[in-house]
Amino acid sequence: MNSTAWIACIALVMLCGLPRTSAQAVRPFEQDDWPIPANIVVEQVLAGLREAGLAPARPCSDEVFIRRVFLDVIGAVPSAAEAVKFLEDKSPNKRAALIDSLLERSEFADYWAMKWCDLLRVKAEFPINLWPNAVQAYHRWIRDAVARNMPYDQFARELLTSSGSNFRVGPVNFYRAVQGRTPAAIAGGVALTFMGTRFENWPPEKRSAMEFFFSRVAFKSTAEWKEEIVHLDPNPVATCDAVFPDGSTVHVNPGDDPRRIFADWLIAADNPWFARAAVNRIWAWLLGRGIVHEPDDFRPDNPPSTERLLACLESELLKAKYDLRHVYRLILNSRTYQQSSIPVKANDKAEALFAHYLVRRLDPEVLIDAICTVLGSTERYTSVIPEPFTVIPEGERAVALADGSISSPFLDMFGRPARDTGLWSERNNQPTDAQRLYLLNSSHIQRKIESSRRVQEILASSGRDRRKVVRAVYLAILSRGPTDAEVTAASKYYDNKDLNGKAALDDLVWSLINTMEFTCRH
Amino acid sequence: MRAVNQPNDLTRREVLMRGVAGAAGMALLGTPGALALPAQSAPATRAASRAGSVIQIWMWGGPAHLDTFDPKPEAGGDYCGPLNKPIDTNVDGLRIGQLLPLLAKQADKYAVIRSMTHGVNAHETASYLVQTGRQPDRLVYPGVGAVISLFKGYDHGYRGAVAPYIVLTEAQGRFSEVGFLGQRYKPFATGGDPNAQRFAVEGIIAQGITELRQRSRRELLESLETFARATPKTPRTEPFQRSAQDDYDLMFGEARKIFDLSAEKKELRDRYGRNTFGLMARRLVEHGVPYITINYKGWDTHKQHFQTMNRKLPEMDQGMAALLEDLSSRGLLDRTIVWWGGEFGRTPRVQWEPPWNGGRGHHGACFSAVVAGGGFKGGTVVGQSDEHGMNVADRPVSPRDLIASIYTLLGIDPEGVLPNPRGIETRLLPPVEEGAESGGLLREIMAV
Repeated sequence: MNSTAWIACIALVMLCGLPRTSAQAVRPFEQDDWPIPANIVVEQVLAGLREAGLAPARPCSDEVFIRRVFLDVIGAVPSAAEAVKFLEDKSPNKRAALIDSLLERSEFADYWAMKWCDLLRVKAEFPINLWPNAVQAYHRWIRDAVARNMPYDQFARELLTSSGSNFRVGPVNFYRAVQGRTPAAIAGGVALTFMGTRFENWPPEKRSAMEFFFSRVAFKSTAEWKEEIVHLDPNPVATCDAVFPDGSTVHVNPGDDPRRIFADWLIAADNPWFARAAVNRIWAWLLGRGIVHEPDDFRPDNPPSTERLLACLESELLKAKYDLRHVYRLILNSRTYQQSSIPVKANDKAEALFAHYLVRRLDPEVLIDAICTVLGSTERYTSVIPEPFTVIPEGERAVALADGSISSPFLDMFGRPARDTGLWSERNNQPTDAQRLYLLNSSHIQRKIESSRRVQEILASSGRDRRKVVRAVYLAILSRGPTDAEVTAASKYYDNKDLNGKAALDDLVWSLINTMEFTCRH
Repeated sequence: MRAVNQPNDLTRREVLMRGVAGAAGMALLGTPGALALPAQSAPATRAASRAGSVIQIWMWGGPAHLDTFDPKPEAGGDYCGPLNKPIDTNVDGLRIGQLLPLLAKQADKYAVIRSMTHGVNAHETASYLVQTGRQPDRLVYPGVGAVISLFKGYDHGYRGAVAPYIVLTEAQGRFSEVGFLGQRYKPFATGGDPNAQRFAVEGIIAQGITELRQRSRRELLESLETFARATPKTPRTEPFQRSAQDDYDLMFGEARKIFDLSAEKKELRDRYGRNTFGLMARRLVEHGVPYITINYKGWDTHKQHFQTMNRKLPEMDQGMAALLEDLSSRGLLDRTIVWWGGEFGRTPRVQWEPPWNGGRGHHGACFSAVVAGGGFKGGTVVGQSDEHGMNVADRPVSPRDLIASIYTLLGIDPEGVLPNPRGIETRLLPPVEEGAESGGLLREIMAV
């Protein structure tokens, strides 16, 4: 290598914030070299880190990656077979290939529909009161839009401009899923959902200007129980000049549907809120924290932690004509997404600038589904409301539940959102000791382990070969093989105990389910 | 039993116990604008509060007022069905339903409110109304239990080994009990069956695992926490990196004892009746828990109404009468409010026609509630319904008034404000000057 190349190398190293403080990759969670090229996303993030004098974390290992990307993209843990296949795959672009295949899976639509349903308040009961039939129609429409990758501008437009029966036209429920259903309440819901801002922080005159656009939303009931038609109030408005939230005005004629006028303004490429709020939300859903945080609190005194990153994602969404999967791919294939969760230096700044992947507890739905998957068991979900009483077929995944009113004690305890407001903060994944004790000590979890089909299968297929059993359990639960130290610890447990083999295996399973590695995205 | 106030005991235990509330716990890990509520917005707590705890007997589904505390034998069979022979109580002039003979002997301990009204006949809205005192509007307000958990819980000197707001045994589920207050004030639902040989409170009592095995599998878990050890501790990760051993040692001894009903005499357990009712609630009150809900299901009797009354009312009669007597004989009733009621009453006229064939529908225009203890005067009646129990005839009482009276006895200012995480001004109860219906506090039955 000639001297110019050396200088370039050194410059590059300095540019990237190296050398690092931690000398070696932490096995089995990190690796030394990047298996993927840098993309436009990591460039923005690195620029932000450089300015703050922070270094990015190392590349995450394949073991970490497969678990992380499954959890983040489809809300499920990989099976042991899927883990082995990926870990043994030698092709250089296997991470990108895995991302592509996950984006096509039906669980992707289930999982992302769940997230949108939080925001769009899909719930039969108080205080949203959509009622079960309408919940099904609304959820089906949302899930279908995710599955078909409906362009985001069209998604918003349909939610804002549809008319018809709440049982037959799913998106009309957007206007019903607002407490109060007054123009002010609806405008508040629209601001939160599509503009990422909180209406109550707006000046009053700006609020009432926006309310105008929803002043002709009307509801009427039918002879069918709980059916409701959402329609445009036939009483025309007076000719006037209406004011959009950005201060621009529009002339409205008596026959106009103000909802459409608003929707057209909202989804225009130069709208200052729409695309930014969308990419910021997706970023927050994938990375655990918004560039503007919280992602529904855009306001002048809450700036993005890195403007260039937000601007980059916004322009990518616009360039791709509101194709959200383009943005998913861009983020998931970035070194920022694929870096280790073990920080070089841990502090608030490093979190806000995405110097490492953020550890957070699994969502309640994802956690119980993961437990069911690794154990081969199922859960029961019911609505507590007897009118009409709903029992979901055994085996339904919690992630796929349409209705925020259908739940279980587990989901409630682990912070499933009430879907009352659509606020980001409603989904609360903060760990509590009650949750920890529940996983450690409840009869519910203990019963599931003792009667686990999967544990029986592992015993049957691996027999007396302890190393094989331990490896199979690790692959099933943590999507990786055990380290030597882990094999030793597990074997010792078998040897020392007065327990029979099945009980010892149950305890190994119990232990792994209770590890931080299992309960967290990492 | 542990005393309620141990001012210097702000230990790690306490920090851990807060978590048992199912609360968001600790700092919010750099999430700005989230749920940590400012403590200074506590309403002025009056010095001489009488009551320290509330036991809410939540009659899920709406109990029939005519068959319980507001009998109308003169209204005839279309209204009373077979239950047309109310019984006298130990209070002159107070008659109650014939299936409540044991409660009849305790009538000197409770006040019957026969003029509750809100006019709503839908479960979910009525449940919200009765437990928040509010008509639905743009915000979801916290129910009484969450408000008391805020003002009488860990933020204000509660040091108990179990959560300050406990539901026996399943969450009510009609609405998010905590409303905008957030997870920290959520009730802890015990799960399990208090009537079982051993009350398996989920997460507190593990069944079928010996102490020895508990200990050794916890050691195994510690040794397998490879990732937790590789991760530097930050406020974000620390809650996942704590030793399970510590949690156990700190929590178990005491919380376990509280839930261990085998410490009670068999005779007493029989007196309560072997059901989910009562005895556990009394033990929690003794421990100082400020709010306990007995979520008592099965009162939504559209069909088979009288069969259900014949089956369930004796069970309720036994459990509630034993609870009042037991609280009273231990000197606990003075500082414990017992509040019985559901989201509404049931239609006074029996629906004999198909498909109901002898059922009662929802009735929010007029229904009954019962309160005892904690400064409420027993042996009294508030208000009156009309001759058929259809409407209020005298002294309408709104859920707001009843809740305001309970707050007052607890020393919580009902005019006070609730902290709101989004900075919106929110009051404990809807102000009368803003149009809330109110007949005023229930001064006639309040000792203060």
